[in-house]
Amino acid sequence: MTTLTDPPKASFRLSMLIYDSRYRSITIQVVALIGFLIGIAWLVNNTLQNLDALGKTIEFGFLKDPSGYDINQRLIEYTSRSTHARAAFVGLLNTLLVAVMGCVLATTIGVFVGVMRLSKNWLVAKVMTVYVETLRNVPVLLWIVFLMAILSETMPKLKDYKTGAANMLFGNSIAITNRGVYVPEPLFSRSLGDVTVLKGIYNDSFYFGVSLDLIAILAVFIGGLLISKLIKRRADVIQAATGDRPATWYLRLGVIVVPTLIVLILLGFHLGFPELKGFNFRGGIHMRNSLVALWIALSLYTAAFIAEIVRAGIMAISKGQTEAAAALGLRANKIMSLVVLPQALRIIFPPLISQYLNLTKNTSLAIAVGYMDITGTLGGITMNQTGRELECVLLLMLIYLVISLSISSVMNWYNERVKLTER
Amino acid sequence: MKKSVFFGALTVASLAAGAVAAGTMDDVKARGKLNCGVSTGLVGFAAPDANGTWNGFDVGVCRAVAAAVLGDPTAIEFVPTTGKTRFTALASGEVDMLARNTTWTFTRDVDLKFEFVGVNYYDGQGFMAPKSLGVTSAKDLDGATVCIQTGTTTELNLADFFRSNNMSYEPVPIETNAEAQQQYLSGACDVLTTDASGLAATRASFENPKDHVILPEIISKEPLGPLVRHGDNQWGDLVRWTLNALISAEELGITSANIDELAKGTNNPEINRILGTEGDLGAMLGLDKQWAYRAIKAGGNYGELFEKNIGENTPIGLARGLNAQWKDGGLIYSPPFR
Ligand SMILES: N[C@@H](CCC(=O)N[C@@H](CS)C(=O)NCC(=O)O)C(=O)O
Repeated sequence: MTTLTDPPKASFRLSMLIYDSRYRSITIQVVALIGFLIGIAWLVNNTLQNLDALGKTIEFGFLKDPSGYDINQRLIEYTSRSTHARAAFVGLLNTLLVAVMGCVLATTIGVFVGVMRLSKNWLVAKVMTVYVETLRNVPVLLWIVFLMAILSETMPKLKDYKTGAANMLFGNSIAITNRGVYVPEPLFSRSLGDVTVLKGIYNDSFYFGVSLDLIAILAVFIGGLLISKLIKRRADVIQAATGDRPATWYLRLGVIVVPTLIVLILLGFHLGFPELKGFNFRGGIHMRNSLVALWIALSLYTAAFIAEIVRAGIMAISKGQTEAAAALGLRANKIMSLVVLPQALRIIFPPLISQYLNLTKNTSLAIAVGYMDITGTLGGITMNQTGRELECVLLLMLIYLVISLSISSVMNWYNERVKLTER
Repeated sequence: MKKSVFFGALTVASLAAGAVAAGTMDDVKARGKLNCGVSTGLVGFAAPDANGTWNGFDVGVCRAVAAAVLGDPTAIEFVPTTGKTRFTALASGEVDMLARNTTWTFTRDVDLKFEFVGVNYYDGQGFMAPKSLGVTSAKDLDGATVCIQTGTTTELNLADFFRSNNMSYEPVPIETNAEAQQQYLSGACDVLTTDASGLAATRASFENPKDHVILPEIISKEPLGPLVRHGDNQWGDLVRWTLNALISAEELGITSANIDELAKGTNNPEINRILGTEGDLGAMLGLDKQWAYRAIKAGGNYGELFEKNIGENTPIGLARGLNAQWKDGGLIYSPPFR
């Protein structure tokens, strides 16, 4: 045991909060925090007082009332008698729809352009550079509006289909009109039906049907994938033991394709084609111009950024890696897919997440082309018809926050998993 | 877009108190200008001409109010509003009044806390379709694609109409009338629906108005009128009685041509009270005796405004119909000036 006594404790004086470097930073932080909280409190108080002066209160009861308006694109059942909350839900699903479609397409184009920009072919590389520079240097809102104008002004009118001046493509299966694109839809003549979930909650605002057909197909498909994996593992074992790898590709393909086909046939899978009836095409899936314009514009725009991220990621892999792989006798495309891209992915991922977030938030520009996303329903018509601006905007901000946080946490989780474990 | 909505909401929330507190009249006088919310452009009702001067039936109401309060029918800042932005603009105090084809409804009056000061046009919702479509009745519209302006009563009536007739339709939501026209003409929608007066005005601006028909059905009641914020009764009274002065002037035969003659005094006491040669109604409003004289002089009486902007001799060609004076079998009726 040491016999050192503690140094005499300096008694605490108030001035130490400022002059003592041990406390100063804490003092500053506390003061800043108090200032910040006072600022917030003042804003909230001011808002409430002013709402009061207007005779308005903050309440969300209106969400349970019938909305009274119709929405053209709905992924779930909805009529003008459904609640405002359900209209918001329809809008939310529409937001997620373009966001997901946009992320997929943007990634595909982005990776392609990014890789091509590094091409040794001068023309290809320059074309890609031009793409990136024009797309990302013009505000995305303009791209959306521009695309919408092109679609509604230059595509054949419905009248032209009636008079025969325009014809459907691919054996009468696809119709491109200035009201949107009609494509065939998957139908099941011996359908298993849907299961409805969340029925009866909050004046039936949040129920939706889950297609049993889809579940059955997915189950069989995923089952096939798993079995195919087992077959691969067995082949690996045999190869390790005997040095010979049995040919298994037909087996592996078979266990995926055959059961899936059988289920499709059992369910009576067929395509429903769009047909001109009355005022419009009926049947098929109607991809409205607003959706197409928004989707393509957002994808092309975000793809330009993703391309740069991909290019940066690839260029960050040291040349030694490529040369080493070449020395091992790998061919150029193998080097790319086996050596460079897997390492580049780790660099690409974090900035890619933020592009996905950007794209998702940019979907709120839907309002410019009348696409009924959540900003169009909850933040548009509902807000307008009920006059509940503050409530709607607060809800909207909350919803976008939750969407963004969910995307980034999922992506961060994935990033954690693929990250290089550094020692 | 999103930004403007957001800031709009914030403005309502945080700036409104100052603006709402009574005293709009004093604000207007101090500013020397009336901020009047109008549509973004509907020929005949409110639209700027080639020189940028706003003209129209609704604009006429703004001018009359500006003349009454400020003595100058041109001392106006016109604020174009869409169906969506108009109420935020009024509630936040960005405009002092709205004169913008706005339907008087229960919720707007009671829940949104506005005060409709009267009706300057009794209207109803109709449909317009290209002749070539071959439609003769709104009941034939099952499955049609319909262009509508969002944030309007139109949107709600449309849903009710199709629902109660068991028909389906595809709504195409649109922000302004100009956009609606463009979409309709490009064939992106089959029919256009809005107030019948708006349809007539829109059709008049087409290259070939004759190629389009307005279907016979009127599916709603749309009493259109000017409105102000709840809670400032002095200002509300002023706008209400300015409109009533225009209406009474027509009933009593006061026109922009004979008003100077009549203002010297007549043997009709009501005319004298309106024009300020007898009693002092103006003082009760907080104005001088000549307020109504100036309001009527600005653009003429109700009938003159109607004929000049939307009447049968204009391209818009609306008949008086419901909007005739009560003495002629219409609904236009002003309470007495006494
Ligand atoms: N009366 C309806 C509809 C009003 C409305 O939006 N009317 C259209 C056409 S009649 C209009 O004034 N548009 C001009 C613009 O877009 O600025 C309402 O009050 O909700």
